[in-house]
Amino acid sequence: MSDESGLSRRSFLSRLGAVGVATVAPAVAQPVSAAPVALLDAPAPEAIENAVPVSLKVNGKVLDLKIDPRTSLLDCLRETASLTGTKKGCDHGQCGACTVHVNGRRVNSCLSLALMHEGDEITTIEGLGTPENMHPMQASFVEHDGYQCGYCTSGQIMSAVALLKEPCGPADADVKELMSGNICRCGAYPNIVAAIQAVRHTA
Amino acid sequence: MELFKFTKATGIPQAVQMAAMSKTAQQGADVRFIAGGTTLLDLMKLNVEVPTQLVDINGLALDKVERLPDGRLRIGALVRNSDLAHSAEVQKDYAVLSQALLSGASAQLRNMATTGGNLLQRTRCMYFRNDALPCNKREPGTGCPAIEGDNRTLAIFGTSSDCIATNPSDMNIALVALEATVQVQGPKGEREVPIGEFHLLPGKTPHRENVLEPGDLVTSVTLPAAKAGAKQTYLKLRDRASYEFALASTAIVVELHGGKISYVRVALGGVGTKPWRSHEAEHALMGKAADAKNFRAAAEAALHGAKPQSENGFKVELAKRCIVHALTVATQQA
Ligand SMILES: Cc1cc2nc3c(=O)[nH]c(=O)nc-3n(C[C@H](O)[C@H](O)[C@H](O)COP(=O)(O)OP(=O)(O)OC[C@H]3O[C@@H](n4cnc5c(N)ncnc54)[C@H](O)[C@@H]3O)c2cc1C
Ligand code: SF4
Ligand code: FES
Ligand code: FES
Repeated sequence: MSDESGLSRRSFLSRLGAVGVATVAPAVAQPVSAAPVALLDAPAPEAIENAVPVSLKVNGKVLDLKIDPRTSLLDCLRETASLTGTKKGCDHGQCGACTVHVNGRRVNSCLSLALMHEGDEITTIEGLGTPENMHPMQASFVEHDGYQCGYCTSGQIMSAVALLKEPCGPADADVKELMSGNICRCGAYPNIVAAIQAVRHTA
Repeated sequence: MELFKFTKATGIPQAVQMAAMSKTAQQGADVRFIAGGTTLLDLMKLNVEVPTQLVDINGLALDKVERLPDGRLRIGALVRNSDLAHSAEVQKDYAVLSQALLSGASAQLRNMATTGGNLLQRTRCMYFRNDALPCNKREPGTGCPAIEGDNRTLAIFGTSSDCIATNPSDMNIALVALEATVQVQGPKGEREVPIGEFHLLPGKTPHRENVLEPGDLVTSVTLPAAKAGAKQTYLKLRDRASYEFALASTAIVVELHGGKISYVRVALGGVGTKPWRSHEAEHALMGKAADAKNFRAAAEAALHGAKPQSENGFKVELAKRCIVHALTVATQQA
């Protein structure tokens, strides 16, 4: 996140007030550097200054961890608990790639602190199914080709599974509205909707 | 993000006491309550908010929607936006609030966002969100580049020469149309603030967005008893169909008697520096027939005092059409 030399593309995008990028102002001369964003800059656990203990229940297992208090639930899952199935897209609530379940409800793990989740039941894509024994939603995404590059897919699936228990009308439009918090840069939307509707129809 | 101390609040008095140690309230406050975190953590990652102490209020028992004996509805500050939108009481009597909530953000964010946090969400002005640029709201006295810059999404009502930022909340617009009150627990005790007086105009102090002082905790928002037969609607217009902030929105609560409008509240979103109530539109509509001509006249009256910025002149006509359409939808309901 901290790129002293200029704004990384990621932080530039996240600084835009609107969710979409439709409002990019040509008048604002921000350098959009192509510098790679350091993804794995977390030091080894012993080296963390100001570390605090946290106990999280993830996919049914209790994990006793030591983290910097600033750690988002997303970074804690990926970097500390090594559950990298949950993805980081925007880190600002704007894309849905980081969607996990907290006590059965879908949330954006990037906008929550890990410290706020002691005592909660956290479920990630790893807890949903395995390649040998897929959750029906995972199987349906495979069946309907609900992805292209796959980066948004774990978030889409976590969202879709939560949607099954939420009030949602029968139409494709209803599904699209409730899935709008999950952006797919590859535009696999028609197949994603088909995959979800197939599960809803068999449920 | 700067380092902070993290403490879980164990009770309301303790939370208030901790926050009362803050030197200032609001922008720049060193002690902050955290609820859903969807505004605060977003801005902390951008170094726009740099609290040294976070007080996690999620454990406080402020998560109930309760009908009071006199018919009012009390909504706890920690009720999640999704739960509030789907609450049977709200769907039955305050449809405009349910619609406004469901038009905001995404299903995931609504599961996190709280009533208190939504009330206090910050502007999406891109200069405010970028700590490399000047902004009077973020750093008083540095100037307002939006006035001559990117202001397409910003306000046309309530602006000052120091700030033209929009209050982005959908929920707040419905709360204005419903004439909600906000309950606050502070170091000096409890008080109640009508929603219309809760948010402040920017004037010369855009960093002060509301009446809260250090230590003040919003405990609930209360809606007046439902008006039997009132028709309500929320209409939101934006750049894409979902997961986007309003360019213009309208909340309507209206009653008809003998074909004439006998009660009406009109509140506008996406256009004001605070959630905007249009007394002008209400005045133009009272006692009139619910027809297209009168709706257009009300919309003209509502936008009469609008001050468009260099890039958002389109909002004047957009807001007018939004008002006309919302009134049409509301009054045609069975
Ligand atoms: C990508 C994205 C899209 C969005 N789209 C929309 C949209 O279309 N429409 C819309 O209306 N909103 C939208 N939002 C904003 C969202 O609704 C708010 O972020 C949310 O309502 C804030 O609630 P919270 O509980 O998460 O607040 P927090 O982030 O926890 O808190 C916000 C502020 O309020 C203070 N606070 C919280 N609770 C209390 C309390 N009880 N007493 C005193 N102070 C308190 C905190 O200290 C902080 O300053 C969007 C947000 C994101 C990230
Ligand atoms: S409009 Fe307000 S928030 Fe935006 S740059 Fe100007 S002072 Fe800052
Ligand atoms: S990473 Fe984009 S919403 Fe969390
Ligand atoms: S499959 Fe590539 S982003 Fe959705």
